[in-house]
Amino acid sequence: MISFEIPSGVENVSQMFRNLAMEYMRKWARWADDHEHERCTEWVDFMWVFAKNGMMGPMASGMSRKKKEGEQKDKHRVKYQNLVMAAAVEQMSWGDAGLYLSMPFMGLGGAAIAAVGTDEQKQRFLTRFSTSETPVWGAMAITEPGAGSDSAAIRATAELDEATNEWVINGEKIFVTQGKSAAEDSNGVVVVWATRDRSAGRAGMKSFVVEGGTPGMTVTKVEHKLGIRASDTASIVFEDCRIPFDHVLGDPEVKTGFKGAMATFDATRPMVAASAIGIGQASLERAKELYEENGGELRYGANPNTLGAAERDLMLMEAQIKVSRLLTWKAAWMADAGVHNNLEASVAKAKTGKAVTWVSNKAVEIAGPLGYSKNELLEKWLRDAKINDIFEGTGQINTLVVARQIFGLSSKELR
Amino acid sequence: MFNLEPSEEQKMLQDMTRSFASEQMRTVAHECDEACMLASGFLDRAWALGLVSAAVPAEYGGTGFERSAVAGALAAEELSWGDLSLALAMLSPALFTIPVLKWGTPEQKKALLPLACGDSHPHLTAAVMEPFMLFDPAGMRTAAVRANGSYVLNGRKCLVPLGGTAEKFIVYAARDGQKGYENVLGLVVDRAQPGLTIGGRERNMGISALDTVELELEDVTVGGDAVLGGEEGMDFKALVSASRVALCALAVGTARAANEYARQYALERNAFGEPIAHRQAISFMLAEDYMEIEGSRLLTWESAWRIDAGLDAFKEAYLAKLYIDQVVVKVTDDAVQTLGGHGYIREHPVERWLRNGRGFCCFEGLSIV
Repeated sequence: MISFEIPSGVENVSQMFRNLAMEYMRKWARWADDHEHERCTEWVDFMWVFAKNGMMGPMASGMSRKKKEGEQKDKHRVKYQNLVMAAAVEQMSWGDAGLYLSMPFMGLGGAAIAAVGTDEQKQRFLTRFSTSETPVWGAMAITEPGAGSDSAAIRATAELDEATNEWVINGEKIFVTQGKSAAEDSNGVVVVWATRDRSAGRAGMKSFVVEGGTPGMTVTKVEHKLGIRASDTASIVFEDCRIPFDHVLGDPEVKTGFKGAMATFDATRPMVAASAIGIGQASLERAKELYEENGGELRYGANPNTLGAAERDLMLMEAQIKVSRLLTWKAAWMADAGVHNNLEASVAKAKTGKAVTWVSNKAVEIAGPLGYSKNELLEKWLRDAKINDIFEGTGQINTLVVARQIFGLSSKELR
Repeated sequence: MFNLEPSEEQKMLQDMTRSFASEQMRTVAHECDEACMLASGFLDRAWALGLVSAAVPAEYGGTGFERSAVAGALAAEELSWGDLSLALAMLSPALFTIPVLKWGTPEQKKALLPLACGDSHPHLTAAVMEPFMLFDPAGMRTAAVRANGSYVLNGRKCLVPLGGTAEKFIVYAARDGQKGYENVLGLVVDRAQPGLTIGGRERNMGISALDTVELELEDVTVGGDAVLGGEEGMDFKALVSASRVALCALAVGTARAANEYARQYALERNAFGEPIAHRQAISFMLAEDYMEIEGSRLLTWESAWRIDAGLDAFKEAYLAKLYIDQVVVKVTDDAVQTLGGHGYIREHPVERWLRNGRGFCCFEGLSIV
């Protein structure tokens, strides 16, 4: 039965995180943007206590997916887990997307472990996010200097040293979100994509868990960025970095590697979309406030040809956000229902990344000099929004995923 | 709770309307459009589906199923996927029946609802739009002025679906010429009413198979009992929302038809040794359109669900229509573009879908869920 009734659990989480965003995030937003590469310790410490008190609730166990046959029931798994997470991410990003990304949290690396790891791996790698004394971060290392969206071109290698039963990782990773926090500043986890066999192409690809402080893993650079400056974006070099055999995620055999790794995107792309929506919603709300303070009126219901230019833009911005949110919720709801959502996750991500970049741009435009000024957060939201059309697959890559699926074309036919 | 899976009943309705659309609509849509007329017997075949009479309670001769805007939206999408002209034609009695069902006085229900429960298509419709630029349903020029317990109607209406053969109309008019939704009255007017002139068939860019007419009302005088809902009146604002949701669903169906057709064509049409779908210039355009259709459908469903849940849906339905009116034009235009010259000639249906899709930005009150 089709229903858009928001489950009370989702509504409650949404409210809680909206309050948190208002009280604890907005006040640091400008400071964090101005102080790139500095840790906003008040925020991080606050969130760490918050998370350890169990306030992150279902987010602590990450996003769920379809259960394999015979798999143990995850005791943390709640109904609407992905929907709850999407609501929380949206509200935190409404507060500040950079601070949301920088909070001590399992992040995308943890999400990958939660999505494809065994129960034992989840226990071993994820428990620290609720028990450690000091803040811990998780990160995902995929991109390389020569391989961005084309993740099958990854050069980093993982060789099995049969004498010690260890993986030996070599290669360079860039654009690792919270990479420095996870690899150097805490006993975090970095999920690294590497190939067991370069000649095997995608099939050779595997993901491996490297714990913070592991010898052979070095942070070589932290980027200066357009937006989300509160979050560190690191280059990490692996030089004969040795990890135990059971740090490989999924089936260690070569043949099924890439698919498992790509499956984590089905869970994470809707969350990136949710984050974008939070920024878009913030931009929309502020632009509306300024418009109304200036005597503007939004005449919902009027003949569209009688609307003012800014009035019409504000309405279309609102519609764009609504469409994006509904598509994102659809993808999250499917994940909650255990339904394959690869197409819908990419639809949500592609549409939302583009829509929110447009919305935050329009907000700056409508607010004029106020929008351009650093006295307001509008210009920052535009800079923050843009990343959502880039990371976790650019808009173009996600459009390609959608196109291949709806046409039923292979990656060889539609390149 | 949040759920995007249609219920078993909703799926049955979807299946029924989908097969009717492919068997009885797609097959005749081109000829009907060319001939500017409906296929013979079409309205009665469509009526046999029971889509409108299903909502009428058994005491008035209907089936008495629970009415739902979501179900209406699901059916409307499938039918306009079949053909927009034919969908608007077959659904036009709902423009009369649903407002009576919702806001009619007991006497009006007793007198008027049985008309929509016969075996053949009833000649009932409604007149909302007016032939003026910047038409706004909350600022109609057609006025109903009260005089000695009667109402005197003056004004012009246009795009009245199946108006040429209608026996009864609900004509919407501003009470004493006042602005605002709260001042809109629905008045039941008979075809034979003195002062009512039913114009010739309108010629439009699209929806060509649908017979639409202009009405001229010159001192048309009706009794107080012709006012829908009597003293209580009606909630015209809610009616406008229910109409916008229906139009959104019809736009989604039109867009989906065009996008599906263009995708299929792109897979079959070869250029430079491979299907044009293998080129991102084509496949990205059609993939983006697909995403917009997906989003538009959710926007439509959400507004429909709000209506069913008894929530205010005015803003949602307005925004949905504002958005989808643009989507349907872009999607149908891209479909023509995909077919190139072949899309421009009338052998392929995409040019018809573009002409039909272009209409949505000026449609108000042409259908209802």
